[in-house]
Amino acid sequence: MKIAIPMNEKTLNSSVSAHFGRAPYFLIYDTETKESVFIDNSASASRGGAGIKAAQVILDQQANALITPRLGDNAADVLEAAKIEIYKSVEGSAEDNIDALLNKKLSILSEIHPGLHDHRNK
Amino acid sequence: MTTETSKIKIAILSGKGGTGKTLLSVNLASVAPSAHYIDCDIEEPNGHLFFKPENLTEEVVTVKIPQVNPALCNACRQCVEFCRFNALAFIMDRPIVFEEVCHSCGGCSLVCPINAIDEKDKGIGLIQKGQSEQVSVYTGILNIGEATGIPIIKRLLAMEQEEPSPLTIIDSPPGSACNVMESIEDADYCILVAEPTLFGAHNLSMVYDLVTLFKKPFGVVLNKCLEEENPAEKFCEEKKIKILYRIPFDQELGLLNSNAEIAVRKSEKYRALFASLLDIVIQEINHETSSHS
Repeated sequence: MKIAIPMNEKTLNSSVSAHFGRAPYFLIYDTETKESVFIDNSASASRGGAGIKAAQVILDQQANALITPRLGDNAADVLEAAKIEIYKSVEGSAEDNIDALLNKKLSILSEIHPGLHDHRNK
Repeated sequence: MTTETSKIKIAILSGKGGTGKTLLSVNLASVAPSAHYIDCDIEEPNGHLFFKPENLTEEVVTVKIPQVNPALCNACRQCVEFCRFNALAFIMDRPIVFEEVCHSCGGCSLVCPINAIDEKDKGIGLIQKGQSEQVSVYTGILNIGEATGIPIIKRLLAMEQEEPSPLTIIDSPPGSACNVMESIEDADYCILVAEPTLFGAHNLSMVYDLVTLFKKPFGVVLNKCLEEENPAEKFCEEKKIKILYRIPFDQELGLLNSNAEIAVRKSEKYRALFASLLDIVIQEINHETSSHS
């Protein structure tokens, strides 16, 4: 299984990014090979639709699960359509969160917020 | 007045809501022998509350949204890569459209190498047209949740052209963003309405920058004026902006307005006030036209 986590820094012991769509990096962790790869989130600088594009990045990495503190509705729609499981992150590092998921201690993310769509004109 | 035969379009703007755009717009339109009132504040149109127009007709405003034909799509992903708004996602070998993120540019259907993308109409709002005494009232209404009302403003202004009126009053949205730019594009003259506060002066400076950028002739109406210092007036003096009129802070006017009454239809005093304001504006416009021709 491949797990995706939004990150501000490219280290396993740093904490999970507070944002999904605009996180600078994603950690892709492969539970079989125990390999960690950090990829750039090409959506982070998008003018709009960052959540959709970030979800696309995760999907293209063939991730099976996402661990994130929060998620917008458009990103959730993409991930749900792609049957990617969405878990709510807990306090601690990326590594702690991976352990928690493997020990079945993470819950499914139930609150999906309305998108922070960046195109209000006012 | 030498304007009986010429057609004049005046846009009323302000940097923020609540300064008196609608007060000015509905009263200026109502004081003229015949006028069009165009409510371009499509996110929260309120002019119709004053006019209570009759014989309403409605038109739905639509934009084009892509529709992928799954039987033709060869999963090349070019549409998804093209979209700068990220309105398309590629899931399970198919492009999926996020309609509310789409800006209707039509690019995806152009780049599709096998013409698998058609466009369908999606309603984003309404235009209501009705009559209130001698004023034709056009109201743009954007559906809640839509990203942009510009197609509605474009349609409003095009519709109004179909039956031109000697005087058109455009009630612009607040602020100085795209919606406002669209609403003043064809205006002959802009009236900036400002409140006598620091905040009012700041917001006035935003719309001042906008009309200057658009090279529109303009003047300022200072609303809710008190005896004390007026930062908006000071701004006008510094920038040498024409002050068209000072409307005093007036409880009677405020009360009429908050009861959604059109002051000029209720009181001779206010009819005289707005008639003289309209005269001043028309003189300004004639002066502008003659000095530029």
